[in-house]
Amino acid sequence: MTAELEQFDYDVLIVGAGGAGLRAAIAAREAGLRTAIICKSLFGKAHTVMAEGGIAASMGNVNSKDSWQVHFRDTMRGGKFLNSWRMAELHAKEAPERVWELETYGALFDRTPDGRISQRNFGGHEYPRLAHVGDRTGLELIRTMQQKIVSLQQDDERESGDPESRLKVFAEVTITDLLQDPSGAVAGAFGYWRESGRFVRFDAPAVVLATGGIGKSFKVTSNSWEYTGDGHALALRAGSNLVNMEFVQFHPTGMVWPPSVKGILVTESVRGDGGVLKNSEGKRFMFDYVPDVFRGQYAQTEEEGDRWYTDPDTNKRPPELLPRDEVARAINSEVKAGRGSPHGGVFLDIASRRAPEEILKKLPSMHHQFKELADVDITKEPMEVGPTCHYVMGGVEVDPDTAAAARVPGLFAAGEVSGGMHGSNRLGGNSLSDLLVFGARAGTGAAAYVQGLGGRRPQVDQAVIDAAAAAALAPFEEEGGENPYTLHQEMQQTMNDLVGIIRTAEEIERALERLEDLKARAEHLTVEGHRQFNPGWHLALDLRNMLAVSECVARAALLRQESRGGHTRDDFPAMDPRWRGRNLICSADGDGIAVREQPMPAMREDLLALFETDELAKYLTPEELAAVPTAATHTDGSGS
Amino acid sequence: MSYDARFRVWRGDADGGELVDYTVEVNDGEVVLDIIHRLQATQSGDLAVRWNCKAGKCGSCSAEINGMPRLLCMTRMSTFTEAETITVTPLRAFPVIRDLVTDVSFNYAKARQIPAFAPPDLAPGEYRMQQVDVERSQEFRKCIECFLCQDTCHVVRDHEDNKEAFAGPRFLIRAAELDMHPLDARDDRADFAREEQGIGMCNITKCCTEVCPEHIKITDNAIIPMKERVAGRRYDPLVWLGTKIGLRRG
Ligand SMILES: Cc1cc2nc3c(=O)[nH]c(=O)nc-3n(C[C@H](O)[C@H](O)[C@H](O)COP(=O)(O)OP(=O)(O)OC[C@H]3O[C@@H](n4cnc5c(N)ncnc54)[C@H](O)[C@@H]3O)c2cc1C
Ligand code: SF4
Ligand code: SF4
Ligand code: FES
Repeated sequence: MTAELEQFDYDVLIVGAGGAGLRAAIAAREAGLRTAIICKSLFGKAHTVMAEGGIAASMGNVNSKDSWQVHFRDTMRGGKFLNSWRMAELHAKEAPERVWELETYGALFDRTPDGRISQRNFGGHEYPRLAHVGDRTGLELIRTMQQKIVSLQQDDERESGDPESRLKVFAEVTITDLLQDPSGAVAGAFGYWRESGRFVRFDAPAVVLATGGIGKSFKVTSNSWEYTGDGHALALRAGSNLVNMEFVQFHPTGMVWPPSVKGILVTESVRGDGGVLKNSEGKRFMFDYVPDVFRGQYAQTEEEGDRWYTDPDTNKRPPELLPRDEVARAINSEVKAGRGSPHGGVFLDIASRRAPEEILKKLPSMHHQFKELADVDITKEPMEVGPTCHYVMGGVEVDPDTAAAARVPGLFAAGEVSGGMHGSNRLGGNSLSDLLVFGARAGTGAAAYVQGLGGRRPQVDQAVIDAAAAAALAPFEEEGGENPYTLHQEMQQTMNDLVGIIRTAEEIERALERLEDLKARAEHLTVEGHRQFNPGWHLALDLRNMLAVSECVARAALLRQESRGGHTRDDFPAMDPRWRGRNLICSADGDGIAVREQPMPAMREDLLALFETDELAKYLTPEELAAVPTAATHTDGSGS
Repeated sequence: MSYDARFRVWRGDADGGELVDYTVEVNDGEVVLDIIHRLQATQSGDLAVRWNCKAGKCGSCSAEINGMPRLLCMTRMSTFTEAETITVTPLRAFPVIRDLVTDVSFNYAKARQIPAFAPPDLAPGEYRMQQVDVERSQEFRKCIECFLCQDTCHVVRDHEDNKEAFAGPRFLIRAAELDMHPLDARDDRADFAREEQGIGMCNITKCCTEVCPEHIKITDNAIIPMKERVAGRRYDPLVWLGTKIGLRRG
């Protein structure tokens, strides 16, 4: 076994080549450190490539009233005040710089008439804020950073003769375990080449997790096979914490037909650019679903909503652009009430509202997607859409400024795998900006940590390596065990049905029982064939991660007895201010997961001052509200 | 509505392989990738295939279906008759790793040879470009790197020795993209395409344009204009003089 173990030494390992991983790699390499990027897919194919709508950054190119304060406020509202306010602050402040920086790498965003980066409207954002390239913004982001990395490699080649001397991409490698020294400090990572099945060991004092999300635990999802919660599970097993795992975002508009594409995303830009939701009676039902906390911020009539697209200063936005959790629940209710479309969704109509040329210009890949996959021409007919599991707000608990993971020295996390930034619900466009802001911070944070070690390198014991290899090979040893595909399907069905968009204690408890059963059965999986590019084996290894993460979601969901953002409890339908100041923290506990409450730090006064007292009253308890210095709050709502 | 389809899938590795016959269920609205996944889940758990987005956005699932370079996830089963046998084979221009998975590292090597975007002397945030001007390059930036064009191009596909000297259509559009970028500070993109990328080997058969799932007009909008620029620059002494003394930007 040892004979075939390849070994590499680096200063910083980045696990993940999506937006967060690539930005972290650029930062670590620019800090002068030898950096490796590891990813499960080919370079340039990470999930980020699928992002459509745009990157949120308050550049104010389309409406100069925008500022970081307004972006901060929108983000906190979207997350129902459960966000790490420090992360939301850093994010709002730094997003514009991070976007402009992409232009210096060669990105070509769509432009305003005066030649700046154009910005589009999106749910929950007060002003047009999303930098975009048609509806393929994620592709632009990935390709731009991929090309920046190539450019850094070209610099290194000029300097040292070897393009990979300081920055190397290990594509199609899956990390299965983090390596730690006896004190728990990070010493590297262990994994296998997907192509050959051979093991590989990376020694490095710092690891940045940038592995993305967990959607593959659910049956209907917009996420790809990569989203098996690996980074979440690696962090848990290494002894770190996950926060906010009960909050899973169901995007309101996924395709519902044909069955094979069920869940694939229909971008929110369709609504941002004028598309409206209708039920089987032809009614724009969203007007009936504006919750109290948002009343006053959204149009009450169709006429006003329609005027807003051309005159946003004197009109309010249509309720189709409420935060995603609200829209997803509304669609769910309409379908349950029997007013759904033929295939169990509702109608999303842009055909009757915009000229075909405009639709083709602004939403080319949506047009292509529906034409090719569903035989629907969106310039002529409405689309059928319904909620799909899209994003996990929960993730590794990190220090906002450095992205250092809780409790494990040398471990960092950024992007969807990290938690806190989005609170209970993420606004559209706030992920891509999150990747850039905290990707850069994680790269810098990891570099600073390594430099602070002064040459000291935590060392892993050989026994740890042997155990990692043995665990990975276990599915080949077992005979007559279960098929990993079958187990995976059962798990997805369980999560979808029992811990999905609407939850109750009784159903979550049933889910936990089934997960226990699945966990036991997952100990005895059998895979056929050999180690070379074997998807059955890969799935068998991913399953333990998905099961751990699913358990976190279910346990946290059971504990939180209220409804907020991406967590809706039918048995506790209201948002409860007493739950606002509390995070739920998951950690590994033997073979299972322990969950506990953790109070959140109080928001800084100058940030509180960005909100009107009336609005704070919707979220804070009377005691918290009384503690807010009155001088801090003011009424013009524009912030400082 | 479902029926049993006949599939022939190439199974094997670098040492060789063969077409294996399968009979497999097909349901309404499915694409070829769904069928490959059903084979994995029910008949051969170790069938190797690449995919990610299942929506034509990532360019991972490239293969040849009945000999045509295609994305597996964007090829609907309804384009075949129920009686047809569907043959799925790996991309022919690249070495096989296993089953439908090929070694596409050639493309990453070519990507690294192209000089990167050269930023202008402007502070971040100060870039100004008109939409009409960025659109030309944006067309090429739609590329999802599926490498279907590379696979179909006879220069790459039929002559292993050409691979050294010829970058292939994917990277000729990259050169064109940088050449047409309103703010790229280099002016030798066309020269590079001639001297280093072998643009002269392309004889404009347009096969690449035909297979591109993003409908990028590779030949008409990138290769032909670049070839003309190469010719123009090489033979027009005034243009040549202009570039040397900086009268005109790339
Ligand atoms: C269809 C769709 C559209 C979206 N549109 C938008 C949008 O318009 N705006 C927005 O802000 N957000 C959008 N999002 C969300 C956003 O795209 C994601 O949250 C974001 O891209 C996640 O980026 P990341 O860098 O965290 O991870 P990813 O881009 O997913 O990258 C994860 C990386 O980790 C690697 N990896 C995972 N596990 C391992 C392992 N065990 N070993 C080695 N490598 C591993 C993967 O191979 C991959 O390279 C969208 C999401 C989807 C699905
Ligand atoms: S047009 Fe040129 S690049 Fe395209 S396939 Fe033909 S020879 Fe190859
Ligand atoms: S140009 Fe078209 S065919 Fe070629 S790699 Fe890009 S998307 Fe694929
Ligand atoms: S799976 Fe992404 S293009 Fe087919």
